[in-house]
Amino acid sequence: MNDMRIIERGTLVNDIKISAKGVQVYYADNHAIKDVDVEIEDKTVTAFIGPSGCGKSTFLRCLNRMNDTIDICRVEGHIAIDGQDIYDPQVDPVQLRAKVGMVFQKPNPFPKSIYDNIAYGPRIHGLARNKAELDEIVEKSLRRGAIWDEVKDRLDAPGTSLSGGQQQRLCIARAVATEPEVLLMDEPCSALDPIATSQVEELIDELRQSFSVVIVTHSMQQAARVSQKTAFFHLGNLVEYGETGKIFTNPEDSRTESYITGRIG
Amino acid sequence: MPVLWLFLIVLAVAILGYLLGRARALSAAPEGRRGLHSLPVYYGANVALKVLVPALGILILWLLVQPFVIDRAVSGTIPDSDIAEGASRGLVMSEVARVADGVKAAVGAGTMPAAMAADPSPDLEAVTQALKDAGQVVTGDVTQTVFAAAQKYNAMAAQGGLYMTILVLLAAAAGCVMGLHEAKPDFRARNVVEKGIRALLIAAASIAILTTVGIVLSLIFNTVEFFRLYPASQFFFSLEWAPSFSGRGGASELGILPLLWGTLYISFVALAVAVPIGLFAAIYLSEYASPRLRAVAKPLLEVLAGIPTIVYGLFALLTVGPLLVSVFGDGGYLGVSWQGGGRAVMTAGLVMGIMLIPFVSSLSDDIINAVPQAMRDGSYGLGATQSETIKQVVLPAALPGIVGAILLAASRAIGETMIVVLGAGAAARLSLNPFEAMTTVTAKIVSQLTGDSDFASPEALVAFALGMSLFVITLGLNVVALAIVRKYREQYD
Repeated sequence: MNDMRIIERGTLVNDIKISAKGVQVYYADNHAIKDVDVEIEDKTVTAFIGPSGCGKSTFLRCLNRMNDTIDICRVEGHIAIDGQDIYDPQVDPVQLRAKVGMVFQKPNPFPKSIYDNIAYGPRIHGLARNKAELDEIVEKSLRRGAIWDEVKDRLDAPGTSLSGGQQQRLCIARAVATEPEVLLMDEPCSALDPIATSQVEELIDELRQSFSVVIVTHSMQQAARVSQKTAFFHLGNLVEYGETGKIFTNPEDSRTESYITGRIG
Repeated sequence: MPVLWLFLIVLAVAILGYLLGRARALSAAPEGRRGLHSLPVYYGANVALKVLVPALGILILWLLVQPFVIDRAVSGTIPDSDIAEGASRGLVMSEVARVADGVKAAVGAGTMPAAMAADPSPDLEAVTQALKDAGQVVTGDVTQTVFAAAQKYNAMAAQGGLYMTILVLLAAAAGCVMGLHEAKPDFRARNVVEKGIRALLIAAASIAILTTVGIVLSLIFNTVEFFRLYPASQFFFSLEWAPSFSGRGGASELGILPLLWGTLYISFVALAVAVPIGLFAAIYLSEYASPRLRAVAKPLLEVLAGIPTIVYGLFALLTVGPLLVSVFGDGGYLGVSWQGGGRAVMTAGLVMGIMLIPFVSSLSDDIINAVPQAMRDGSYGLGATQSETIKQVVLPAALPGIVGAILLAASRAIGETMIVVLGAGAAARLSLNPFEAMTTVTAKIVSQLTGDSDFASPEALVAFALGMSLFVITLGLNVVALAIVRKYREQYD
């Protein structure tokens, strides 16, 4: 892989944003996540890689309690964001999700205008006191989503009228608009073509300035391109977690090596 | 030969042809099945098709055309002088047909000797008596003209039947021979059979459409006939509905407006009941209820849709009406006397609203369920609560479908009859008071056509004009509904 990047990465040391200890997830009787410990740093892109069904998406959805919407899903263990246990009964999952934004595999703009798509979160959480402030938030978010120039003349057009790549950047801008601290991305590029993918990847690298980004990806190249830290999941276990450069060049576990060299998965 | 037997014979030939065709195709292929273009069954089916389609086609066509031909021929033999004052040729012809049928039945039953039936100048009193003995309906004495015409009628029918039998059997045999001749290995039997099936499907689809066209045409002709007898401007703009059946001609006021007002008022009340309740029920069922509860509750709700409307009508008449009177009537709980009797717009509207709940809720529930989970996840992921998600994401996404469901319910409400007849009364009235009795277009159509009605009078023909107006209104509603659904439909995949 790219040696320049490895050196660059080695110099970064950040605070711990999310810390997970002994996390177990069950879907009815199926033990999907087995005893995962991981510490995710602030202002860092962390990639979760692994073969299909290894539990990386499930683990990602634990971080903002999206698994609560699935009846048969049960989460055990301890996950804390900034030291606060997010599964504490006092924590309102709705509030948590405002703090931990999420971008999904398939672009899912709401059946509303582009403007209303972005304004949705700020309106719900009362982030703007008046229309002017809301306009400002929308513009800022669209700029951060690197899509402002393409849509500034048609903010009233429906979000679904955009192309796939634009829709996904709209969804990222929508997530950014609620001022989250952590941004979770579940295979954000799997429905996009290579050009749209590279745009979204550039965007992810910029978002690192402000957020802790966790990205699930099927593409090992993508993980190598965008992330500083990489976690390799296999059959519900966290096999290896460390500097992206190290994982891809000198993995400790033989399973990691098999996966990144293409022998399994 | 009775048509049933003819049909069974054709069917038997078809089955025989099927078996023979299959066997012939098999024996014609030297290297077995692999040498045939199609599976052997297709060769058999090809023969069966060639037998059935022309033979049954001729049969049906003949049966449809023959009565007209005979009618025309026989009708020509009746001299004008024999048509009684005030009666028409059609009336005489229907008597001829009745006597012809009667004679046939009487000969079959043995009360009339075959010689008498064929006698060109029989004893007419004996004929009448014989017909009566056979249990036939005889309106008056059979006249010489009518009897002669009936004889000619029967003779032509018998001759036609014979020709038809011969022709149908010939067609069946020819089809069978042709199909068997075709049963050679390189004949593309499968393609032919599939074309036949496609023709069958097209025929089924066109029957439905042609029936609609036929209904509309019959409405249109009668409506035109009505407007010839009654001025259209008065029908559409008169504020009064007062048909008179005793003094025919001129005395009736046949304005549609009071009826239309009743229809729309009652439908409005019904929708005001059904839409909120149905929609809220749908939201609960699709978004909040556990799958187990939903599996029980949804079918239960749909049972409402299966109750015959006459039962709803009884409910309105016996339960809701008196209940409303005890609240809003003279000496009721509220101390007001708005409602005079149990039959009122409110009574019919409430009950009709209950009837419409399952339409709104069941359709809306399906539509809300069709909103992709990704939409909800996206909203939850931004920190929205469930009710915010439903209000701002799910419902807007489902709105076109919900509007369609509501308009469908509206069409039902406008076309509803039994609940109105029993619940809203029969008084055509333009009033704003929902506790007064009113009536609707459909209820009046029923009352204009039941009983002894003369289809040449405007009082009876008005029913068609009313029906046509109703048809145009509901058609317009459906078109609007479709347009809305199409315009605002979001494409999800």
